Amino acid sequence: MYFLRRFLFLIPLTWVIVTLSFFLVRVAPGGPFDRERRPASPAVERALATKYHLDESLGSQYLRFLGLRWERQPDGSWQRAPGGLIAGDLGLSLKYRNHSVTDIIRQGLPVSLALGGAAFLFALGFGIPLGVYTAVRRGHTGDWLGSLVALLFICIPGFVIGPLLILVFALQTGWFPVGLWGTPRHVVLPMIALGLYFGGRVARLTREGMSQALLSEFVRTARAKGVSELGVLLRHAFPIAVMPVVSYSGPMLADLLTGSFVVENIFQIPGIGVFLVNSSLGRDYTMVVGLVLLYAVLLLVLNLLVDFTYSLLDPRVRHE
Amino acid sequence: MNEVDKAPAPVRPLSPGGKAWRRLWRHRPAVISAGFLAVVVLLALFVPWLGPHVSAQGSDLQFSSPDSAHWFGTDVHGRDVFTRVFAGARISLLVGAVGAGVSLVIGVCWGMVAGYVGGRLDGVMMRLVDILYSLPSIVVVIVLITTLEGYVKTWMGTSFPRLVPLARLLLLFAGLGAVSWLTMARIVRGQVLSLRSRPFVLASLALGASHRRILFRHILPNVAGIIIVYLTLTLPAIILYESFLSYLGLGIQPPEASLGTLIAEGASQINPLRVFWWLILGPGGVLALTLLALNFLGDGLRDALDPRGN
Repeated sequence: MYFLRRFLFLIPLTWVIVTLSFFLVRVAPGGPFDRERRPASPAVERALATKYHLDESLGSQYLRFLGLRWERQPDGSWQRAPGGLIAGDLGLSLKYRNHSVTDIIRQGLPVSLALGGAAFLFALGFGIPLGVYTAVRRGHTGDWLGSLVALLFICIPGFVIGPLLILVFALQTGWFPVGLWGTPRHVVLPMIALGLYFGGRVARLTREGMSQALLSEFVRTARAKGVSELGVLLRHAFPIAVMPVVSYSGPMLADLLTGSFVVENIFQIPGIGVFLVNSSLGRDYTMVVGLVLLYAVLLLVLNLLVDFTYSLLDPRVRHE
Repeated sequence: MNEVDKAPAPVRPLSPGGKAWRRLWRHRPAVISAGFLAVVVLLALFVPWLGPHVSAQGSDLQFSSPDSAHWFGTDVHGRDVFTRVFAGARISLLVGAVGAGVSLVIGVCWGMVAGYVGGRLDGVMMRLVDILYSLPSIVVVIVLITTLEGYVKTWMGTSFPRLVPLARLLLLFAGLGAVSWLTMARIVRGQVLSLRSRPFVLASLALGASHRRILFRHILPNVAGIIIVYLTLTLPAIILYESFLSYLGLGIQPPEASLGTLIAEGASQINPLRVFWWLILGPGGVLALTLLALNFLGDGLRDALDPRGN
């Protein structure tokens, strides 16, 4: 019930976000056709404005965008204007002519999702073991070194790591391609550049959780029962210790997707990230609104999923 | 001889603040970090004037690798990278400080009001924070900066024409400040909520103290510690954000540079023929070490200001 209510709350929230971004980008000075290669003649400009319905009032543009605008047909009947948000159509891009926003997203999103997913697994795969190790060796040199490594990864941004990785592993040694996308070998360097930061965060969270779990009474009980140290770690302490990581994984996935702009830019990956910056700078209204909608929905749904997983994993969390 | 006979000096019990200082002093990484940060700030303030080659001036010495004359080498225009890096660090630190300041003012006021007044106002204020929290912050900042740019530039063009090149800086302040106060508001509100019903606050209320006095004399000092700790952790986050945006071309514009734009320049010089590693390692290293030091300092402060610590 709780989750159903939260899920239903997403709908008005998404509507508010879309509406705000729709008006924010359109009211701002500057238009999508200001930066054409040569100044367009007034006739061309008018034709463009008509094609993309920019000559209509803001209100009717908004209704058309939502898909709630009825138009008078030549035969006098009233008909809903085709497309619109309720039909899953975000309109035509104003910069990438003849491509619809939905098409562009459909082409780029799988690439970004694959990169983000790979980086997610990478971050968990090296962050959790590092965190467990530092917690177990707490107070020893191993803890000190491991924690320093984790903090270092948090502090070196992906746009520093990325070019350095290219320099060393692509240009000097030639082990991996410099950029582009396609084969699994293309994934490795961007995955590391994107995932290291989050791996560091995961390691710190795991260390914190694990240290607390190892001090708790149920671990002492398990040890008293004669469970082996490895069994204590994996069976008893670990499930509790990863809870902070679980709750962080929602925001982490969202950050991986939105944070991939830079990595996609460095490695020339044809994902969705490049579009947000370019279209906001180029006043590509439809693209901006479409992408804001996409990222907002992704983030909202991910957070909801994480909370849901959390309540499944931890029996102490109960929602009325 | 005299020294030995002397009775041991009476031990004066330390105030909580004194104890916190002592704990901080014992936290070696935090002390070293504080020293390092002081050096970076001083260099950022003075190197652009004292540098061997003035930052904006080019020379014929293109892409010279680091040596004793140019510690971080030179760039495509023969400019000294060391000088440029610390000129960039100045902008990065400035943006970080102003952004953290905005988050401090808005976040603390918002959290204190919500936590102290409570009830329906608290509900409304915190739901708003929840909603803003659920937005992808980097997307919000990018859209805010790009849409507001037109406004700010026209406004500045009419009122302060000479400041137009600084429009981006103003936008960065606004955009980063707008998204960075949310966590602060949540933390402060939680603390105030629990302090509000403590006996010393109730006693003060019963004695007829005004709300203003209670907020500023009783509640603010008690949340100050956590605010300081969180501030040292917000600062690196904002610096990172700024360099991220500058890397994407949404931040400071040439010829002004921040650490992010310098790294972007270095990355754009990557080619298979010659490797100009110092163009990335110089600014990237300073950025990473600054963030590292701020994080260590934040950790040290958190341990030191925790009243349960010994």
